[in-house]
Amino acid sequence: MNDKLYKILLFVATLTMPIVCGGVMYALVTDAYDAFEHFGFFKFLTSSDWNYTDGSEQYGALPFITGTLMTTLLALIFCIPFSLPVALFVGEYFNGTKIAAILSTVTDLLAGIPSIIYGLWGFYTLRPLIMAFDISPQGSGILTASLVLAIMIVPYAASLSAEFIKMVPNDLKEGAYSLGATHAEVIRKIVFPVAGSGIFSSYILAIGRALGETMTVTMLIGNTNNIPDSITSTGNSMASIIANQFGEADDLRLSSLIAIGLALFLITAIINMIGKIMIKRARIA
Amino acid sequence: MDKLKIRNRLAKDKALLWTVCLLATLTAVPLFAILGEVFIRGYNQLSWSFFTEPTPTAYRVMKAIEAGTPIPGGIANGIIGTMLMLGMAVIFAIPIGILCGVFLAENAKNRYAQIVSYLTDLLQGTPSVIIGIVTYIWVVVPMKGYSAIAGSIALFIMMLPLIIRSTEETLKILPSSLKEAGLALGGNRARVMLKVQIPAAFGGIFTGVLLAISRVIGETAPLMFTALGCSFVRFSIDKPISAVPLLIWEFFNDPYLQELIWGASLFLLLFVLILNLTAKYLAKKWNQ
Repeated sequence: MNDKLYKILLFVATLTMPIVCGGVMYALVTDAYDAFEHFGFFKFLTSSDWNYTDGSEQYGALPFITGTLMTTLLALIFCIPFSLPVALFVGEYFNGTKIAAILSTVTDLLAGIPSIIYGLWGFYTLRPLIMAFDISPQGSGILTASLVLAIMIVPYAASLSAEFIKMVPNDLKEGAYSLGATHAEVIRKIVFPVAGSGIFSSYILAIGRALGETMTVTMLIGNTNNIPDSITSTGNSMASIIANQFGEADDLRLSSLIAIGLALFLITAIINMIGKIMIKRARIA
Repeated sequence: MDKLKIRNRLAKDKALLWTVCLLATLTAVPLFAILGEVFIRGYNQLSWSFFTEPTPTAYRVMKAIEAGTPIPGGIANGIIGTMLMLGMAVIFAIPIGILCGVFLAENAKNRYAQIVSYLTDLLQGTPSVIIGIVTYIWVVVPMKGYSAIAGSIALFIMMLPLIIRSTEETLKILPSSLKEAGLALGGNRARVMLKVQIPAAFGGIFTGVLLAISRVIGETAPLMFTALGCSFVRFSIDKPISAVPLLIWEFFNDPYLQELIWGASLFLLLFVLILNLTAKYLAKKWNQ
């Protein structure tokens, strides 16, 4: 094979990416158009009605946007107290030791468990616990979904944070030790300030994962189409309403679901882009 | 006074160490809790017939419950469906993914390559449920029906960015002297890539493929809108077909079939974890 043919072959293969990504955008926009045209772009995003009775059809995305934001934010809050210690354990305290390798294997395996199995575990183990502690009567809801989501995003946040913690230059840390700092003080005054932007960006990417998580949330959030009024009430996220109703929807309802899909796609794309740019900057610095 | 202050600082240091160790260990608990639960509830369902028989009808299950015998049937339709769709997805995703990865590794500074690289990130971050919707619009609607082809296209789209990234990253860390030696011996770029660089990077690329498979094999949402499901074993690619995660979802929603959830989950979980551990082991071996 000569060089020219080789170059053409590579180029043709890479055309897959613009075609697929362009196709994703095109399909979502054209099929969501009906819903946006019928209800108006901002009205659709800010309306909280979801009514599919024939004749009085009314669709709005606000309950699901709220549900997605609540589950994601709560999952992030629950995830930090565990992912940060894992990152310090693997990247700082026991960096390079066997025990750190074991812990990072464990978190890698956590990342590998399919989301439907997380959903089952949440449904059959966590939900009865939530009911037993009388936190919510039906057991499922925003809180239950967020707790399991938090476990699912710990591996992503922890492994990336650990990578940035490992990159903190040794001479900085040794300088602080020689001035008499304790290990805790080195972490607070050297490691966190130096690795801070990298750690922050790893949480942005973890948010990106939590936003689009579908099956776990669908199985645990309770599937009601109202705006959740507290963290223990039931609701629906953008991904879970699609998973629940896409199969039985047609016409305007289908278009509305695709419009929610488009919104979800754009939100995750923006969050991921911000995360990637921040990571690139943190790696160079 | 000073002594007290120092003691205070040392106490804080110890406290942080213990907190970190405690919370980090707690993170491992869910893994073992999930493994334990799925194993304990699922292991007694695994038998030969579980892998060779398709999903039972609700009627057969009811009869078995009445008679007090174990629930008949298994997940053969799901296993066949998963293998068929995964096989079709892999056949296309491996060559295209590797070619894209090679392109990105060779033209890192080229403007077009940067766009492709950005699109790869975009696709990798796209929620799988969106891939399901888009495949439905592209494939299911024009073909006027759910099919194994649609399912495998969804899986293909999800695997592609993972294979591209792992190929690119592995090729980038190869020493440049390897490529230069090949070129100096008179091989052209294509020959050097095929005979020197790809073989040298094989371990990394193979690991990437294994991880990509383990990532998509448990995907449920995109298959719900594309492959739909089917209650008997079927090999045709233009008809609805089942998959192991789809069966778990069906069992979850059907009160009569709930007994079968755990066997299917145990099978899926073991498969994914073994793939993951193999990939990790190969990556470590290859890095030495």
